[in-house]
Order: sequence, then structure tokens, then C-alpha cells
Amino acid sequence: MDFNLTEERQMLQDTLRRYLREQYGTARRNDILASDTGFSADIWAELADLGVLGALFTEDMGGFGGAGFDIAVVFEELGRAGVVEPILDSALLGGRLLAAAGKTDFVEQVIGGALHLAVAHGEPDGRYDLDHVNTTATDGKLTGRKAVVMNAEAADHMIVSAKDGDTIALYLVDKGAQGLDIQGYPLLAGGRAAEVTLDNTPGDPLGLTLEDYEAANRLALIAQCAEALGAMETATALTKDYLMTRKQFGRPIGTFQALAHRMSDLLIELEQARSAVINAAGYIEDKHADMHLSASKNLIGRIGRLVAEEAIQMHGGIAMTQEYELAHIAKRIVMADHRFGDTDYHLERFIALSAA
Amino acid sequence: MDLSYSPDEQAFQTQVRQFLADDLPQDIAEKVRLDTDLTKDDMERWHAILNNRGWLAQNWPQEYGGAEWSAVQRHIYDTEAADANAPRIVPFGLSMLGPVLQKFGSKDQQDHWLPRILDGTDWWCQGYSEPGAGSDLASLKTKAVRDGDHYIVNGQKTWTTLGQFANMIFCLVRTDPDAKQQEGISFLLIDMETPGVEVRPIILLDGTHEVNEVWFTDVKVPVENLVGEENKGWTYAKYLLTHERTGLGGVGFSQAGLKAVKRIAKAANHNGKPLIQNPHFAARVAQVEIDLHAMATTNLRIISQAAAGEAPGLEASMLKVKGSIIRQEINDLARRAVGPYAMPFASEAVEGANDRIPDPLDAGPVAGQYFNNRKLSIFGGSNEIQRGIIAKVTMSGGA
Ligand SMILES: Cc1cc2nc3c(=O)[nH]c(=O)nc-3n(C[C@H](O)[C@H](O)[C@H](O)COP(=O)(O)OP(=O)(O)OC[C@H]3O[C@@H](n4cnc5c(N)ncnc54)[C@H](O)[C@@H]3O)c2cc1C
Ligand SMILES: Cc1cc2nc3c(=O)[nH]c(=O)nc-3n(C[C@H](O)[C@H](O)[C@H](O)COP(=O)(O)OP(=O)(O)OC[C@H]3O[C@@H](n4cnc5c(N)ncnc54)[C@H](O)[C@@H]3O)c2cc1C
Repeated sequence: MDFNLTEERQMLQDTLRRYLREQYGTARRNDILASDTGFSADIWAELADLGVLGALFTEDMGGFGGAGFDIAVVFEELGRAGVVEPILDSALLGGRLLAAAGKTDFVEQVIGGALHLAVAHGEPDGRYDLDHVNTTATDGKLTGRKAVVMNAEAADHMIVSAKDGDTIALYLVDKGAQGLDIQGYPLLAGGRAAEVTLDNTPGDPLGLTLEDYEAANRLALIAQCAEALGAMETATALTKDYLMTRKQFGRPIGTFQALAHRMSDLLIELEQARSAVINAAGYIEDKHADMHLSASKNLIGRIGRLVAEEAIQMHGGIAMTQEYELAHIAKRIVMADHRFGDTDYHLERFIALSAA
Repeated sequence: MDLSYSPDEQAFQTQVRQFLADDLPQDIAEKVRLDTDLTKDDMERWHAILNNRGWLAQNWPQEYGGAEWSAVQRHIYDTEAADANAPRIVPFGLSMLGPVLQKFGSKDQQDHWLPRILDGTDWWCQGYSEPGAGSDLASLKTKAVRDGDHYIVNGQKTWTTLGQFANMIFCLVRTDPDAKQQEGISFLLIDMETPGVEVRPIILLDGTHEVNEVWFTDVKVPVENLVGEENKGWTYAKYLLTHERTGLGGVGFSQAGLKAVKRIAKAANHNGKPLIQNPHFAARVAQVEIDLHAMATTNLRIISQAAAGEAPGLEASMLKVKGSIIRQEINDLARRAVGPYAMPFASEAVEGANDRIPDPLDAGPVAGQYFNNRKLSIFGGSNEIQRGIIAKVTMSGGA
């Protein structure tokens, strides 16, 4: 047993943490949140320079990491700083799908920070189900509607799932392709997404199926759990500081047992959340990987809600203000539950998988 | 024991239902249904319609132009209004200041201010909280110094709900800096158009602008605007707070919210079936519905006990804690029900936000509402403070 990070991962963590602490403070983030693009190209480029994007890919893909723990380390730090840049969707999910398709030149550009991707899989009435695809592919022409597609507007290419007969396959669609309509909007927790409609839009088959999508989705689950963990750490730390400094009735509010005990509960739960992320990352190659991932996502969803709500409550009114860091962090935590399957979805999946 | 309404109460319910069907403007109801922010005009229009019918000041005595409804009648109205998607009545003038003026105000103050609340001449907001004085309200610092026939007010209030629409603010101010905390406070009515008053917006986490900071710099307030006696403001403030806390059970809102959750969950697809048929989701909905059903009865028990006019104390705290938990749980279910469509930022208040997300569940900004309603357990005396009150009252022997 060894729960320590390898030297390389420790370095990655330190570098990324230091960079984000210096470059991604509340003021900067609030500017990015308010911007039209919903993300900062400068930050993106700098993260690529730091090697953060390369850490998401294995050596044969041109990166220098790519394992569950590499992904967890990166996303925990991004979560800790409340980063809104869509690295999860664009670089990790999109990039790993293209890597699986053998598109090495594209992957190189992703790692270098030059190429932005979007993955259009979910559909308006599909909720979190991975096999719910009504978009059709006929002779390489795609028709259908995709829901809440992250980063759609900024993406150079979009990876779209569609049904060709009975099989779900993935296609590469160029920005500006004919019949592609993108209706963008900001997201509550930062960044932008869009409703995407395709009308006889040409798509280049990637030779990938639903199974490939599921494989990439597993990595996304690790990333999402780790990101939420990082955000929970920040929420807990902010709350702890606040309880020690905010005075009412002539004393720090943390001296009221009603709050002190709840703070202790958050710390206990936070350790559970950390273990859940370790499980998600550590069992990724296991034959029961999906069961572990569902367990982790469910636990992170439950603890996330507790942490976000308790952190807000214990702060009082101040936590309700848009510009205060906690408000943003709490939204990131809760909204993480709406990605890649929520608490209930993964509870059901866990029941099914653990009974099997 | 009889849990049904009396024939009179049933007749009243029919009347209210008819009125809402006839007179509630559909554009306003639609906004309420979709949780869209109401404009000042929307709220004023609805107040005027209610006032026309004599139903605006529901708890005021008739001598002041009120409807003097019983607690049960008010409950019937609340339930029907929520069901019909009527906006809530803005409480600051009607259910906060009104009762204070009626009990502690001078005849002149009553004659002047009460009719203006009814006809909409004045829009009031509540200036209690300050940056350093939240739960510990008595530590407030905004000071008022008597200078001839005026007070000169300096300081800062915060969290002032809908202060951006208000022309009047009722404030707690410190008039005796040397007295013990609660003894040097006065209750002052301040015209917000007076030079030196500045209102600055605070944007909440869901992007809405509903609260503000209010700054006072050498603001001159005529002494006639002092309510009751100087340095006795704490008594009036507490009286007002007990009124603020009634109705915070929010049973009507919860019932309407639950209906919305079911509507969404019927339309939402989960594994090829309506989400409402999913056992986990259905169980969560059922559980909160069971809680709410009991809560509605708790609420009725408390209001039928409440002596006319007097607000209950301990029971108000209980209703507030339980009511806020239930409403927040319903908000949580609504956000879960819409799945990935919880993520779009749908606030109209933020510049640049798009009009409506093309969302097939037509669910409105339910996630924004979930975040916004975290306030329910914070304002008006946080749930921790309410629990403290319950504990103190019950364990010191009295109730
Ligand atoms: C099955 C069993 C086996 C045990 N075996 C042993 C044994 O082998 N050897 C031994 O020496 N003892 C043993 N104990 C005793 C055990 O350690 C005590 O029960 C324990 O320390 C609690 O003390 P108490 O029961 O007097 O409760 P109290 O101390 O009276 O506490 C009552 C309640 O008040 C709470 N409370 C007390 N102080 C605070 C505070 N400051 N803040 C918040 N809440 C507070 C407690 O948490 C508890 O909920 C055993 C007890 C049990 C039930
Ligand atoms: C949306 C919104 C609208 C509002 N509208 C108005 C308005 O119109 N007018 C107005 O005057 N005010 C208004 N308020 C202010 C509201 O009344 C205060 O936010 C509330 O009283 C809590 O104060 P605080 O935010 O300073 O939190 P604090 O008092 O700093 O409390 C922080 C945390 O500590 C806890 N705490 C504090 N003291 C104790 C204790 N003794 N024991 C245990 N726990 C404790 C609290 O429960 C809370 O969890 C509004 C607030 C919000 C969020």
C-alpha cells in the first residue's frame, strides 16, 4: 500500500497549484466568468505550456501521463481553484476520443493547446443515459439535436454521436459545417454550452463506437469527481477561515457548537470524498471499474451537496453574493452532479452492477 | 377534531379562487410559474388589483383599511394564490411596518403612512442588517444624532431586499451610543430620496438583483419620523420580526413547488419512461410530499391557535425551520428533475444572458432557484438562531 503521489505527480500538483494560486484569483476568475467567451485563451495556453494538458495523455499518445491518478491530480487542482475553462470536455474527453481514433496530429494540437473540441453526445430527452442517441447518420450526413454541449461555440471540431442503423458511432464535424446550428448560452457555474442541431451535416466517421465513448467517459468521471473534490476542499477551507474570523455576539461564530460540530462533519466527509476519488482513479483498469466509478460519483454527489449547502449556510448572507469566491465554488460543486450522471443515476447503476 | 374547512371557509375559498381566476393577470402568473423575475410594475399592478378588492392588507384591522382575515382565511388565500401562480405580496409595508405603526405609531403617523402603503404611494424596504450586524442585530452601528427637529443619520445597511424599488426605508439606528446594546436603538422612517442616501446593488449567486447596500451620509430625517419612543426601537423591532416570521412556513409555495416538480418529472424521460415512475426519484418526491402534508397541518394547528393579531413565538420558529427545509428540498428535487438542463444560467437579470434556454422541459431556471432559496434558512433569523430560540424557550421551562 502506498497512498503517496509519485514524484512526477507531486511535481505536477505543486506546479499547477502554485500557478493557479498566482494566476487564477477571484478577480481574474470573475472577469473570465463575465466574458463573452466564458474562458480565457491565455490561461489555456499557459496550462498547455505547463504540461497540464499533456498529463492527460499517455506516452504513446504523445503525452506523459494519462493514467487515472494523473487525471485526478490535474482536475483536483483545477477544481480547487474553481477553473471554468472546459478542459474536461475539450482536452480530456474530446482529446482521448481522438486519441482512441488514432488521430495523432489532432491530439498533438490538443496537447499543445491549439485545438479546441466539443463532444456532442447528450440529447434533449436523454438525461444521463449513454445509449440514448436519436441523431441519425445516413451516408455520413448527420441529423438531430444535441443538448447542453459544452464549449460548442469555441470548438474547432465537434465529436458527434449518431446512430447508423442500430449502432452508435462517432463522427468528427468541422466548425462551420453545413447544416450545423449552435445556440450558445452561459452556464450557472461558469463557461458556456449550447444546443446544437445538425441538419444533413457532413461528419467524418472516427471508427469509434459507444464502447469507445464509454471508455472515455470513465476518464471523464474520474476527472469530474476529482474536480468536485478540489472544489469541496476550497469550500471547506473558506468556511473554516470564516468561522474563525466572523464575529457575532462578541465571539467568532466557530465557537458556537452548533457550527463547530458541523464543520467537523464536513472534515470527516471530505476525507470520504478523497477516498472516493482515489477509488475512482485506482480501479480504472479493474474489471469492476464501472461499479467503483458509480460508487464514487454517487458519494461525491451526496457529499458535494452537503458541503456546498453547509458552507453557504454557515457563511450566512455573504455566501449568497455572486462575487464572493464561495458562491462560485458552491455552484461548481452542485453542478458537478449534473454531469456524467447524477447521484441517483449512479446509485441505480451501482445497484445493477454490484448485483451482477 | 375536524380537519375540513367550515362551510363559511369553503365559501371563502371559492370566492378567492374565482377572484384569482378573473383578476390575476396571465402575463404575471406565467412569470411566476417560470420563476422569472417580476418587475416593479408587475408587483405594483398586482398590489393595486388586490387593493381594489380590499384584499391587500389581509391581516390589518378594518379600521385601517385592512381585510382583517382570520388566520385560516389567510392560509386559504396563501394556498390558492400559490396554486394560481399569483406573486407574493411584498411584505415590507404590509406585513412588517404596517403592524408596527398600528401598534406603536402615533395617530399622525398612522393617518399619513398606512393609506400610502395600501395605495402604493410608498414602497418600503427593511433596513435592519448591517455588515457587522446579522444574527447579532443588536450590534448595529448606524447612528442617528438629534439636531433640533432632525436626526442626522450616518452608516450602512446591507441585504436590503428590493431596496432598488423603494422610496422609503424603515431602519434601526443607534441613538444612544453609551447605553447597553439593545437599549440605545431607535426605529426610524427614512425617505430614500433624501440627499445622502445611496443604494448599491448586490448581485446574488443566481445572478438576480434582489438585495442592496444602503449607505447614509449625513442624512437629515425629521423627528416626526421616529416611531414610538427614542431608544425603545428594539421592542418594536422584535415585534416586527415575529410578524416577519409568520407565513415563513411557506406551505403554499411548497405546494406549488411540488406541483412543478411533478410536472417536470412527468415530462422528463428516464430510461424510456417518465422520471416520475423512477422508484428513487418517486421515493424522494413522496417523502417530501409526506413531510409537507404534515407541515400543512402543523401550520393549521398553529394558526388556529394563534390569538387574533398576536404572532406566535416558538411556533413561528418551528414553522420557519421546517418550512425552509421542505422548500429547499423541493428546489433540490426540481433541479435534479431537469437533469443536464439544470446547468444553463437562465437569469434575466444579468446583462448578456440569453432570453430562454431552448429547454424541452420548459422548466425555467430551477437551479438558480435552488441556489437563491438557500436564503430561506439564512434570512429573517437563520435556522441556527431559530433553533436557539426553540431550545432556550423549551429548556428554561416556559413556552
Ligand atoms: C456499552 C458501553 C461500554 C462501555 N465500556 C466502558 C469501559 O469498558 N470502560 C470505561 O471506563 N467506560 C466504558 N463505557 C463508558 C463510556 O466511556 C461513557 O458512556 C462515555 O464516556 C459517555 O459518558 P456518559 O455515558 O456518562 O454520558 P455523558 O458524558 O453524561 O454524556 C451524555 C450526552 O451528553 C453529551 N456531551 C457530554 N459532554 C458534552 C460536550 N462537552 N459537548 C457536547 N456534548 C456533550 C454526550 O456526547 C452524550 O450524548 C462504556 C459505555 C457503554 C455504553
Ligand atoms: C437574500 C437575503 C435577503 C435579505 N433581506 C434583508 C432585508 O430586506 N433587510 C434586512 O435588514 N436584512 C435582510 N437580510 C439579512 C438577513 O437577515 C441576515 O443575512 C441574517 O440575519 C444572517 O446574518 P448574516 O448574514 O450576517 O450571518 P451571520 O450572522 O454572520 O451568521 C453566519 C452563520 O453563523 C450562524 N450563527 C450566528 N450566530 C449564531 C449563534 N449564536 N449560534 C449558532 N449559530 C450562529 C448563522 O446561523 C449562520 O449560519 C437578507 C439576507 C439575505 C441572504
